[in-house]
Amino acid sequence: MKIVVCIKQVPDTEAEVKWDLQKGTLKREDMDSITNPFDEFALEEALLTKEKYDAEIVAITLGPEKAMDVLRNALALGVNEVHHVSDPAFAGSDTLATSYALAKAIEKLGDVDVVFCGKQATDGNTGIVASEIATRLGFSQVSFVGKVVEIDAANKKIKVERGIEGGIEVVEAKLPAVVSVLKGINEPRLPNLMGIRKAAKVQIPVWDSSAIGAAKEKIGVEGSAVKVIELTTPPPRAGGEVLKGELDEVSNLLVEKLLDLKVIK
Amino acid sequence: MSDYKDVWVYVEHKSGAFTPMSYELMGIGKKLAGELGADVCALAIAENTDEIAKEAGYYGATKVYAADGAEFKTFRPDAYAKAACSIIDKHKPDIVLFRSTSQGADLSTACAATLETGLGSDAIGLEIDADKTLKMTRAAFGGNFLVAVANKKTKPQLATVRPKVFAMSERDTSKSAEVVKESVAVSEETLRTKVLQFMQSEVAVNLVEADIIVSGGRGMGKPEGFGILQILANTLGGALGASRAAVDSGWIPQEHQVGQTGKTVKPKIYIACGISGAIQHLAGMRTSDCIVAINKDADAPIFKIASYGIVGDYNQVVPKLIDEFKKRLSR
Repeated sequence: MKIVVCIKQVPDTEAEVKWDLQKGTLKREDMDSITNPFDEFALEEALLTKEKYDAEIVAITLGPEKAMDVLRNALALGVNEVHHVSDPAFAGSDTLATSYALAKAIEKLGDVDVVFCGKQATDGNTGIVASEIATRLGFSQVSFVGKVVEIDAANKKIKVERGIEGGIEVVEAKLPAVVSVLKGINEPRLPNLMGIRKAAKVQIPVWDSSAIGAAKEKIGVEGSAVKVIELTTPPPRAGGEVLKGELDEVSNLLVEKLLDLKVIK
Repeated sequence: MSDYKDVWVYVEHKSGAFTPMSYELMGIGKKLAGELGADVCALAIAENTDEIAKEAGYYGATKVYAADGAEFKTFRPDAYAKAACSIIDKHKPDIVLFRSTSQGADLSTACAATLETGLGSDAIGLEIDADKTLKMTRAAFGGNFLVAVANKKTKPQLATVRPKVFAMSERDTSKSAEVVKESVAVSEETLRTKVLQFMQSEVAVNLVEADIIVSGGRGMGKPEGFGILQILANTLGGALGASRAAVDSGWIPQEHQVGQTGKTVKPKIYIACGISGAIQHLAGMRTSDCIVAINKDADAPIFKIASYGIVGDYNQVVPKLIDEFKKRLSR
């Protein structure tokens, strides 16, 4: 079985966010970066799948030179192969252009059974790319997965539990499938020292736009439909009121104020 | 491009069962259509769309584009996307709105990739720009930035919209919509997914749709703390939320988590107990109408954004609140 994990490097939310206001894009190079927290669950699910079934794992990322760090982390954790999809021509890609480039990279890998992705990334928060990859490749689109019940590679089937509104939906899908996982599906492991040392020595292969056979008009700014047109900071919330007095007093006051809102019935 | 007109709203349902929230976007859809001098229409896909279509008319749809078929009994992205894309291709809407739910996300992404068009997700603001395109405002980076995006290149313009942001339109049973039935042939053999079963949660955690949320954080100190928050939530008819710290401590399951790696919520009242107010948590709840903070630490950042704050131990404050609410609400 061949598994692909898509990993994204995202700015650390704790760190300062820096924008190129002219272009409406992020100055990713100037910010502290981490592996998208949701992708850690996708990576762990791939590792668990490899341990349970006979599988090889290929991790890919799309991003500037610095994004290579997330692949080194994946190597340290035990993935078999990594590819860094990187080209200045990809800059400014929206979700449509990003899903196109990643789908082309997965196509190039060939004979893929399962693609694991995180539910969304913590920078753009769109949650679009995984499902668009599925549609572009004609793979099954299996999202919001809280548990992989069974993968039957011989019969080309996967059974999962999806955590959706109001409950859990059990779905069976044909392989190949793009499976986007929820936070909490597993407990991501940390790399050990030996893994980190080994990964540090690996020369990470870079695939540019021509390596994946991407059409120029479908990538980067040119291939993007959705563009940022305005960037603002939300208005600050009006200063709050801290209720003062004895416990009984403040509790009663709060209850009164909340009942006044006429929301509690 | 000028062939594309009207604003469509996708009506979601669960195996034929719909709620008023299924028609939530009809209000904003109508407003946008008005500004464009176009109609608001509904898109319905189900085993039988008759009731769904009738209801869409009550909520103000001028037309309902409907696909009926046994293969549409339960939502599946592949089956529904085939139907939706075929109808969109034929009738060419300018804008299609979906709710930002699991169903809305699945269908909108499949449509966007199939139709090779742009999709804006989880919009909290929608307006028509001077050039007649849809301006979609969304929160990014933990809600620290508002980013307005637009698709000025391809049609239709697709967007998913955060639940509970826009006002519902009125339900008027004297109104009706013209129903345009489209037959879309989707054979079971070509479909890739099958829904085997749906297991309803015992305690339905539907934070996204809740009007009142009582939430606990690291300051709860122990799993038992959530018992008392649950009582308050039940008294108020609300849902139980939690911060990442409480979830990671194993005090409460992940589906209760509010924040950057949990759910984004916008209730009318959000009561934060023992939550300090890290930006990752604020990202998930800062747009709540009324925020109440209960925290021992008077310097906790949550007080800066709270509408009302009480500096105190939740162990003492929350039982008082429960008693007082029960008394006044005669429960």
